[in-house]
Amino acid sequence: MLTLENLSKHFGGVRAVDDVSLTIREGEIFGLIGPNGSGKSTTVNLITGLYAPTTGRVMLDGYDLTTMAQHERTAMGVARTFQNIRLFGNLTVAENLWVAQNGHEQRRAHFLSRWFRAGGERGADIDELLEFSRLLSKRDVPASALSFGEMRRLEMARALASNPRVLLLDEPAAGASLEDGQLLAERIRAVQGRGVTVLLIEHMMELVMGITDRIAVLNFGGKIAEGTPAEIQRNDDVRSAYLGSKHKNEELAHA
Amino acid sequence: MDFYFGLLQIFGVHTLLGLSAYVVLLTGQVSMAQAGFYAIGAYAAGAATAMFGMHIIPAVLLAGLVSAAIACAVGFPALRVKGLMLVVATLAFGEMVRMIFFNLTWQVERDGALVGPNGAEGFRAIRYFPENGWEIWQVTTLIWIFVALVMAALWWMDRTRAGAVLRAVGHDEVAAQSIGLNLTAVKVGAMTAGGFIAGIGGSLYAHTVTHIEHGIFGVLLATFAVAYPILGGLGSVFGTLIAVLFIQGFLVEGLRFMGDWRSLLFGALIVVAMNLRPKGLLGDTPLRLGGLRRKPSSTPALQEAD
Repeated sequence: MLTLENLSKHFGGVRAVDDVSLTIREGEIFGLIGPNGSGKSTTVNLITGLYAPTTGRVMLDGYDLTTMAQHERTAMGVARTFQNIRLFGNLTVAENLWVAQNGHEQRRAHFLSRWFRAGGERGADIDELLEFSRLLSKRDVPASALSFGEMRRLEMARALASNPRVLLLDEPAAGASLEDGQLLAERIRAVQGRGVTVLLIEHMMELVMGITDRIAVLNFGGKIAEGTPAEIQRNDDVRSAYLGSKHKNEELAHA
Repeated sequence: MDFYFGLLQIFGVHTLLGLSAYVVLLTGQVSMAQAGFYAIGAYAAGAATAMFGMHIIPAVLLAGLVSAAIACAVGFPALRVKGLMLVVATLAFGEMVRMIFFNLTWQVERDGALVGPNGAEGFRAIRYFPENGWEIWQVTTLIWIFVALVMAALWWMDRTRAGAVLRAVGHDEVAAQSIGLNLTAVKVGAMTAGGFIAGIGGSLYAHTVTHIEHGIFGVLLATFAVAYPILGGLGSVFGTLIAVLFIQGFLVEGLRFMGDWRSLLFGALIVVAMNLRPKGLLGDTPLRLGGLRRKPSSTPALQEAD
């Protein structure tokens, strides 16, 4: 469904993402992991269009997204959350979802009714999404007044407001406890249950290993492994990327 | 009495000027081009009534549309840059407009006399109101009807999705882009609306003073345009109105008795006001009906989060 073809992003001499190819299948939860600075967030930014790739292509169902602007990719069905939460703190919870209704179907509404109708933040679709995110009681509260966990839930709800086909979650468990991680796993499964494909970028291994169907591992911008969680856990390259190779440690001991 | 009506007219046209900057500021853009759009509106409406005998109402609307069209055309290249670069780019546009009117001579003969812009001398005899026997209170009322209509339109716009989108873009452009908003379209739309409002303000201004010249529409006026909404606060249109009354009513007229000391106090009082109310006289929390109904318990949390 979502395919990266030989995707690279170089910042000067730094190869943040180097020749990465991936295929994410419709309806699955796909994990993207790797040590700090391995190019995970850059990959997300290449998929959503925040950065233009140096080489390579991003394809969604055979359509080439590479040259599309971000708002066009949203219309194609790509949505994301941010590692450091970026809500509209000056708007209410419901308004945060209201402004995000920019999906393909929503764009078809008449120009005037889409932009210049008051009260749309109380629409049934927004209430449904707030209910889904357990935020209905906070509907008219400014987003800046929410707790950290509520902000994370609101950001995910906002990403879902455009009815995306694929949702990119950039470290949704950052700053969360193990317990929160379990709740998050349920939420991500619920998102999958809505028919949304999920690309999960995450550090919390319990979460990634527990819920993903397949995983790709990045290190120094390149893909070093791809497979089911069980396969990834057995992979030697992945172990050495995370823990340092045994060989290298021995060299250090002798030095 | 005429003095007070004159004062009300100044408040009215300056409120329109401030509101034109308010719309653009909602998207987080500081535009120093508003005095330029105001000048375009003033010259366009003056030409329509004094040179071609148009009625005042269509002339004002025409001037608004001309300014809006130019604002739209300027918006596309100008809004590609942000922050201080945008300030410089819009400042340059404002000065360019001023220099065009400084050099523009385009006169036609009406009733045996030449009327129209005459270079550095300016555009004299925009005498629609005296020629048609309008009393000063009637002119003042007309201006405030336009002010009320624009304020009502912006108040209503702020309650629609368009208003929420403008504020979203103003708060975080990266997030706004990520949820599928076309930043260029939103910003150019705001600039076009701002151009329309500034054009209306300028056209009414030209008819109240009957003589306009390039020097009026300089950097000082552009600074006032953005100062009103910033000083008043971006919470609602009333912030701009309050700031106009504060600056034009209190600082300019109210302190006139202080003579030369006034200029000194003028700047000092604005600094004091901004320190006491850093988010504007009326604050920057969107004032909506939904907000008024909000439970008071949520207010302390809001202040903590700030």
